[in-house]
Formats: sequence, C-alpha cells, structure tokens
Amino acid sequence: MNLDEVVLGDLYRVSGVHSPKGAPQIKGQLEDIGFLPGEQVAVLRKGLLGKGPYMVRVGASTFALRQSEARMISVESLTHV
Amino acid sequence: MSESKIHFFPSEPLVALLGNPNCGKTALFNLLTGSRQKVANYSGVTVERKEGRLTLSSGKNLRILDLPGAYSLYPRSLDERVTCNVLLGRAEGEKRPDLVLCILSAMNLRRNLRLVLAAKRLGLPCVVVLNMLDIAKRHGLAIDTEALSKELGLPVLTSIGIHSDGADAIKKYFDRLDWRHLNTMHVGAGDATLESVALHITHSETDNVQVQRILHNLGLDQIIPDRLSDRLDLVLLHPVFGPMILAALLFLIFQAVFSWATLPMELIKSSVEYLGGVLIEVLPNNWFRSLLINGILAGLGGVIIFLPQILILFFFILLLEESGYLPRAAYLLDRVMGSVGLSGRSFIPLLSSFACAIPGIMATRSISNARDRLVTILIAPMMTCSARLPVYALLISAFIPERKLWSGIDLQGLVLFLLYLAGIFGAMAVAWILKRFTSEQFKFNALMMELPSYHLPRLGNLAISLWQRAEIFLRRVGGIILVMTVSLWVLSSFPLPPEGATGSPIQYSVAGSLGQGLAHIFAPIGFNWQISIALVPGMAAREVVVSSLATVYALSSSSADAADALIPLISSGWSLATALSLLAWFVFAPQCLSTIAAVKRETGGWKIPIIMLSYLFALAYLASFITYHVALFFGLG
Repeated sequence: MNLDEVVLGDLYRVSGVHSPKGAPQIKGQLEDIGFLPGEQVAVLRKGLLGKGPYMVRVGASTFALRQSEARMISVESLTHV
Repeated sequence: MSESKIHFFPSEPLVALLGNPNCGKTALFNLLTGSRQKVANYSGVTVERKEGRLTLSSGKNLRILDLPGAYSLYPRSLDERVTCNVLLGRAEGEKRPDLVLCILSAMNLRRNLRLVLAAKRLGLPCVVVLNMLDIAKRHGLAIDTEALSKELGLPVLTSIGIHSDGADAIKKYFDRLDWRHLNTMHVGAGDATLESVALHITHSETDNVQVQRILHNLGLDQIIPDRLSDRLDLVLLHPVFGPMILAALLFLIFQAVFSWATLPMELIKSSVEYLGGVLIEVLPNNWFRSLLINGILAGLGGVIIFLPQILILFFFILLLEESGYLPRAAYLLDRVMGSVGLSGRSFIPLLSSFACAIPGIMATRSISNARDRLVTILIAPMMTCSARLPVYALLISAFIPERKLWSGIDLQGLVLFLLYLAGIFGAMAVAWILKRFTSEQFKFNALMMELPSYHLPRLGNLAISLWQRAEIFLRRVGGIILVMTVSLWVLSSFPLPPEGATGSPIQYSVAGSLGQGLAHIFAPIGFNWQISIALVPGMAAREVVVSSLATVYALSSSSADAADALIPLISSGWSLATALSLLAWFVFAPQCLSTIAAVKRETGGWKIPIIMLSYLFALAYLASFITYHVALFFGLG
C-alpha cells in the first residue's frame, strides 16, 4: 500500500521509498526529511475533495507532500496488526 | 591562467552552528551574538551568510557562523551545498570551522540525531546542543543528557532558545574550553570529502538504525503529539475556513502596508524636498547642483521612499514565518500554484513582490527546484509593486471620474483593484505557458515542505531580522541604484539645450532624442512624444515617470505638487484611450533597472534578465495595443 491510499489519521509504518523514473533524487530527499523504513507515519489531512497537498506526520515532524510524492512511499498498517 | 588565492582569516576561533531547519538555530544564534551580526552572501552564491561575535568572560572573541539549515549532509539544495562546503573547508573564502555546534530540537530527536551522526563523521570537534528543552519538559519528555552524551560520544549541552539566559550553558562551556587544543576533542575517523550517493544511502540506513537504538535505550522512542498545533491546524488548514482566514489575513496586511506607511513616506518625501530646497539655496546653479538634486537626491529619494512599505510588509511576513503560519499558507495555496506549474513555495516571494520585486526575487532562494525558482523570478515583476502606485494614482485621478458605483464601491478604487488583478492573471498565464514548454524531466516539482509547530514569535528576533532586511535594501540603494540613477541623469541632461531653445531641456538630451525615436514605435499604442521621452528616465524606476512627465511638460520637477499640477494638463491633453493604454503598459513593463540588476545577480548572468526584459516589454506592448484599440473602437479616442 502507498501513502496516498491510507485511511486518514491511522498510523502506518514506512516500508520503503520508490523514486519515479526520471527523478531519482526524490527518494533521497524523502529519506533525508525522515521517510525511512520503520518510521511511523500518518496522513493527517488532505486538501479539498481528497486531492491537493497531504499533511503527513512522520516521526515527530509534519510535512506537506503532494499526492505524487505520497505515492512513492510504501507503508504497512500498524493498527490492524 | 590560473591563480591561487590566499585567504587571510581573523585569528578568532570560528564556531559553526549546524542544525535541521526549524530547530531554533537562528534564535540561539541571536542569543549568542545579540545584535553583533553581519549579513552578507557566501562567495559566488546567493545564500545568506550570517556571522556574529561572542565575547567570552575571559575577553576572548569567538566568531559564530549560522549555517543554512540542512536535513542531511548530502547537498540537495543550494543552502545544503553551502553548509556542506563550509564544514568540509571547501567553501571559497571561508575558513573551515574550528568547532561545530550541532543544534538539536528536543522535540524532534529522531530526525535531528541523524544529522549529528553525519556531522560526527566530518572529523571536526563537535558539541551537541539540546534546544527547546522547555517545550520538551512541558510535554513530559525527560531527556537524560548524560546518557545521550555517552551514546553519542559527544558533549551534550542544553539550551532554551526563547529565554534571554537560555544560552548560558553554552557560554559557560565556551569559557572553560581549551581553544588551543581543540583537536584533542576529535572523534571518529575524520573524512573531509563529500559522500557519494551510494555511501550516503548506506549511511542514512545505518544511522537510522543507530538513532532508533539510542532513542530506545533512552526510553524516548514514543512520539509526542503536538496537540496545540494540531488543534490550530484543524481551523487554520480547514479546506473551507483555512483559505478564508488566509484571504482575510492578506487583506489586513495590505491594508496595513498602505495605511501605516503613509506617514513615514510623507516624512521621507518632505525631508528629501527640504534637502533639495536647501541645496538650491546654497549651491550655485550649475550642472553639479542639477546632478545632486535631480540625479542623486531625486533618484535615491524615489527608492528610499518605499522603505516603510517594505519594512511593514516584511514585519508581517517575518511574524507569520516565526509563528509557523507561512508554510501553511504555502500549503493552502499549493493547489492554485500547482495548476500553473509552480508550487506553494513560490507564494512567499510573490507576496513580497507586492511591496517591491527586489526582496521578492531575493526570497526565491528558498525554492529548491531550479526551474520553479526561475519561473518565479520571471513572473515576480508582474506583481503590482508599490512603485507603480504613484503612476496609477496620477493616471486614475486624471482620467477616471470619481464616481460611486453600486453599494458604495468607488470607481477609482475598482480600477486600481483591476490593475492588481491584471498583474496577477498575467503572471499566472505566463507561468502556465512556461509549464507547457517545460520538458518532462523538470516537471517534477517537489513540495516536501515542513510544517513546523506553532510558536509565539519573539519580538527581539523579529527586530534583528527586520533590521537586516533594511540594511540589505539600503546597501542596494547605495550601490547599483545610485550608479544607474546617475547615468540616467547624464542621459537626460546632456547635451545641453542650445542657446535660446524654447522647449524643456530634456528634449535636447540623449534621452530626449531616444524618446522622440521611440515615439514612432509607441504611436500605434497611443503614446505621444512626451510620454515616450518620460519613459526613458522612467527605466530607472517606474515612479520616476511622474516627475519626468512634469519635466517634459516644463514644470519644475522639484516642486512638491508636480503630480497635482500635471493632472489638469494631461487630462485635457491626452485621450482616455491613451491613458488606459499607459495603465496597461505599466501593469507589465519592466521599467525598473534595479529589478533587472537583482535578477542578474540572482541568476548569475545576463541571459535571464534579457529574456525577462524582452518578454515583459513584448507583453506590455501587446496589452497596450489591445487596450488602445479596444478603447478607440468604443469611441474613447
């Protein structure tokens, strides 16, 4: 499951980051700001009509990500395990 | 030929502050150095370099360098590249720091500790500072600094960036430190090279494991929610209320910029006029007096007059930035900006451009994506800066009747509002067109913007930042703008009119001949030769057009009410179509040499300023042409 498909407000765990073709630097950028395997992550808010930037909490910090960026982060559920 | 440069550095030890963005680094820097700060740029790049001085109780002086915030020591943005280069001792004209103070936010150890581990590998003496300890305590977070120090193998100090005595532990530590034998502090195998991509990936994985182990050992691996920020975000980022609050805030800021600034602007204006009057009395009437009064005083006075507006706007921007709201405004606007191929990050530079495009263009440095930054620079001059207001005010009061429309809306105000909108829509349209021409590989513009916790802004920090803005602006006025206004004065004053000439002197000057040539080009858009001549010195700055028009119409330009005297002259002399066409011209025309100079400096070459000049002039001509001919069609000629 990717971060753009998760339930709003639920806790997940980052399992990996995949860069799209043509923009390999994005993976490193996401890792630098804290999207590393094992980190806790939750999508707190989406823009109007579920589109637009996501407000994502990873670890103790909050970031605004675009949907395209959220899609690169694969996660696994924490609440249902 | 290659030459080697030898740099001489002051002998005081250099301490570099390293930390993640939003870790309270700058507040701590202000605490350590107070007002003893110097702001400049790093050699060759437009990244702000802040250095300050700290005197220890022993009388010893330290130089403190506030490095740009970095998430990692793998350079991704211009800011991070500078940070890495300085730490590796590879930044031009920069001494390698003697000591690194690694600032951690106690509220976000997880991410901050990874930077400490990377810093440790640099082989520089390193001291960890645990900042924001008060907030951590309030959240019930007890951090065992001794245990942390043992885990990291580095000394750990604590600080509270928002208390006036919050940096005392650091000062005490510096007092005791043996500055001559810092190298005995060396930790780990020093490696003064930039990490390769592969090495960086391995490091970030092993570092992460180590950080999680440290946090686990210290019993700190739970996440503390920031309830206050979450509750505020519930309202401020609400999909419906959020944008409404933002719009109301922006409206209030604009109100303040224009109403609060009136008094100081009047003061500056009248003191410049007073000074001119004094000079006229004491100096003989020759070219030197003309240079002083019409060249230097009029030129610089015309720019300095915008300082109050710029400071008020920056006061609000800094206030919003310190409180943590500004990135949220960018978040709210990301959708709109995304639709024309930009990101929310472009919002702040564009907002600043409403006061003046120069600080706006300087603020684009925070945009990490190079393409986005360029597009933002290109469209920033279309935001209605305050220099356009004198021109708009003159034309509107001369040609637009003072009439109340429905529900008390004033026609003149409505026209002014439409001119603002025209600039914004023009900018959006250009960004949208540029998006079509961007190749796929650059289309990926990342947002990835941190939304920090809300903080109460500290007035002391605001005052320091505001003073720095003012200093940068004034230094620019003293430098490039001075040179340009003087050259334009030369162009508009020489050659002198022949004996017994009847017209105004400017007609016989280089600028005058240029303007008369331009009149042929401008005829299709309805400009007469008087306007064409006034546009030439108006290249220095837009508002100069008002005084140049007064000169061309043989009024005394130093008289206080040049604009008032002009109004009846032009309202009887020009057609409404001409006036509307000139208004349309000013929405787009890049009539501001200082902006062009700023763009050249920020982009490091003439290519972008030349592109900007040509496309904006083309756009201005097109807009004026359409306006003029539509107006003629409706019989307003």
